Amino acid sequence: MSPSATTSTRQGGALKASLRWLLSTLAGGIFVLWAVATAIFFGIRMIPGDPAAAIMGGPGSQASAEALEAARIEYGLDQPLFVQYFGQLRRLAVGDLGTSYSLKSPVSEVLAEIVPSTLVLAGLALVVAWLMALLLAVLSTRISVVGSAVEIISAAVPHFWLASVLIMIFSTALGWFPPVSTNTPGGLVLPVVTLALPLAGFLGQVMRDSLEKAQHSAFALSARARGESEIGVLLRHSLRHAALPGIALSGWALGSLLSGAVVVESIFARPGLGRALLSAVTARDIPLVTGVALVSAGAYVLIMAVSDLAERLVDPRIGEP
Amino acid sequence: MTTLKPVLQVTDLNVSFGPDTVVRGISLTVNPGECLALVGESGSGKSVTARSLLGLAGRGAHVRAKTLSVAGYDAQKLSTRGWRKLRGAHVGFILQDALTSLDPLRTVGKEIEDVLRLHGSASGSQRAARVIELLQAVGLDDPVRRAGQRSGELSGGMRQRALIASAIAMDPALIIADEPTTALDATIAAAVLGLLRDLRRGGAGMLLISHDLAAVSATADSIAVMANGRIVEQGPRAQVLEDPQHPYTRALLAAAPSGKPRFTRLSPSAGAPSSAPQPSGAATTAPPLGTVDAQPLLRARGLAKSFPMAGSADFRAVSSVDFELFPARTLGVVGESGSGKTTTARMALGLLVPDAGSVEFCGEPWSAAAESARRARRPSLGAIYQDPLSSFDPRLSTASLLADSLSFGATRNPRSYSGEISQLLEMVGLHPDLAPRNPATLSGGQRQRLAIARALAPKPKVLICDEPVSALDVSIQAQVLDLLDELQQSLGLSYLLISHDLAVIRHMSDDVLVMKAGEVVESGATESVFTNPQHSYTRALLAATSSES
Repeated sequence: MSPSATTSTRQGGALKASLRWLLSTLAGGIFVLWAVATAIFFGIRMIPGDPAAAIMGGPGSQASAEALEAARIEYGLDQPLFVQYFGQLRRLAVGDLGTSYSLKSPVSEVLAEIVPSTLVLAGLALVVAWLMALLLAVLSTRISVVGSAVEIISAAVPHFWLASVLIMIFSTALGWFPPVSTNTPGGLVLPVVTLALPLAGFLGQVMRDSLEKAQHSAFALSARARGESEIGVLLRHSLRHAALPGIALSGWALGSLLSGAVVVESIFARPGLGRALLSAVTARDIPLVTGVALVSAGAYVLIMAVSDLAERLVDPRIGEP
Repeated sequence: MTTLKPVLQVTDLNVSFGPDTVVRGISLTVNPGECLALVGESGSGKSVTARSLLGLAGRGAHVRAKTLSVAGYDAQKLSTRGWRKLRGAHVGFILQDALTSLDPLRTVGKEIEDVLRLHGSASGSQRAARVIELLQAVGLDDPVRRAGQRSGELSGGMRQRALIASAIAMDPALIIADEPTTALDATIAAAVLGLLRDLRRGGAGMLLISHDLAAVSATADSIAVMANGRIVEQGPRAQVLEDPQHPYTRALLAAAPSGKPRFTRLSPSAGAPSSAPQPSGAATTAPPLGTVDAQPLLRARGLAKSFPMAGSADFRAVSSVDFELFPARTLGVVGESGSGKTTTARMALGLLVPDAGSVEFCGEPWSAAAESARRARRPSLGAIYQDPLSSFDPRLSTASLLADSLSFGATRNPRSYSGEISQLLEMVGLHPDLAPRNPATLSGGQRQRLAIARALAPKPKVLICDEPVSALDVSIQAQVLDLLDELQQSLGLSYLLISHDLAVIRHMSDDVLVMKAGEVVESGATESVFTNPQHSYTRALLAATSSES
């Protein structure tokens, strides 16, 4: 076989492999969304109480029996469970998320208002956590005791405690940032730091291990023997190796950020998915809970695919026989 | 040869890490176009010496010298920046294993280009063209494609050549090569050494570091022998090899198995456990050595094995292997990596089911028998491997390992077997005081002796030895080979000895199989195969090793 023919077969193989990866990721994502919708549908009906009462204003409402019955018929709650289930799946398949019981407006409109705010928060937190983790990892290869102590402490700190401390120091005492979060840059600082710091500690620990291994590896030695500076060894070689486990964990990390957002959004009185989920669950607002859960799951599937792709870009060995 | 200034002049070099001095007052000189081999076993300080010459001895290293002139620069006066200008541009450094010495995430082209980028002012396209030129110069086919591949995609020889290309990119005055061929098969090692010889002819001075005196002897002009941080002997090649003065050099030369007839001792006999007690009830009735009229103990017929590969056709590891192993004899299996030696061994051990063919053991079916039918014969078949430590349960002490094997896995409590354990340890030349130690705290040679003791515990008739000395220093290798010889003579053991090293095979075997790409290309009595090879591959293998020594 001539070299060019080998190259084209290789490229053909790579294209095929990418296509297979795309299809399996897509199928996996659809499966996850279906599983989430199903788990939510049946799970929420196991909570005691009447969803019709929730529609009529919650457990404290004095709705009459006729009004409750009318609500049941209107929302299809009088039909057998499986008819309701398949009806919901059919609506979800065409993108109809239904109407919120408590807010009386389409779930998709409610989500469109709150999702961007949470995504900004989680996305910024992920970026900040990455930068802090890299910095921590690099620092702790120099002064290992200090670095690893910072990592362990920050990885162990709970969000609610960190948020309270940050508010006490930076808004009550120093007055630098507002205690109530808005989408202004200043208003984002405290919630982003609250979310990012514990994650940075965790990612930093993981990255430090592989960074140290890379710094002491034979390829780093031969790079130094070529005349590469320490910074050059770090930037061209070691950091890339250090980033690999961090990238692999980023999908999981976003999941933890979304659940952390529930606490952080409540503390900083910030509108978002977390707070919406909390109030929707309290109000037994089934369509809204389903919508929030599906959006979170979708974000999770997406970030998993993105981190998988990033991993393949950084480490070309993945996906080769 | 011109009388130019030496490219490396070192006098009284000392390197210490805290209180430990690892290099003690050594002096070296390398002239342009000359190759000095620095030979020593592990722990002799040779690699630290090499790294000190580049200012890369590591954190905490304290380097002192009367003179330390590297490529014309006074290295003791160099700043960090000065060192960086020296490395790569004036001194090229080639490390042992190119798989780990080239960044596995980057293409070899990028790695080579780094040198040009760091030291040259050439434009990107000029650098790319020079990379192709360099890859061609080190003898890589299709250099354009190779430049775009990563070290993991290249074979061992190709990536070693790519690493050499990165070391010579700026035409350095001095090349330091630390074990450049140790990880390579014999034929490929010979070609890489040939390449290094060509570089030297181009005018560069070379410091060649190796553990193997024989391997460097064809390339070096002079040889320095290093032990415990000191140079014990230094001189022109012929003088060191033919008229060694220091006892250590003589021991090193004696330890090399090449050219030594079967059963000649390789290690000094002091303290050798030749009169070791026999284990009770062992196969004491050793048949006279060299008989072939007996029934073969282990017989393989038409063995074949393939492994499925992702996305391509099955990999045929072994296709059609026949052999017979007779009592108290050694059958050597020699071949380069990927030739199917280990797969054959695993089928012989009954750990891998052959796709075709069969193995018989003690005259009865072995590979075709159910495990329950094999169990009674399992004690008669033992094995030792290249890396003994990984074959030991890390939680077990030396004594517990042996108790486990003596009791056939019934107990790990050494108390009820203390007599047998001491006997086994003495038999392999280990002091019984080592019994409570964890094997991780033993030296490499001691570990391999322990592996042999464990293999002997169930009183086997056949030992399958898969690269038993490949990870050992030459002098330790000599001791282990001598031990295997002694045990064969005292216990009447049969060995299936697998090695990539022709000298080891020739010294140890009565009969030999030469394997290539899963097939036996030649077999027969060892001396006739080695003195009168019939197959072209056997001749190529022999030529590759003789060009080394």
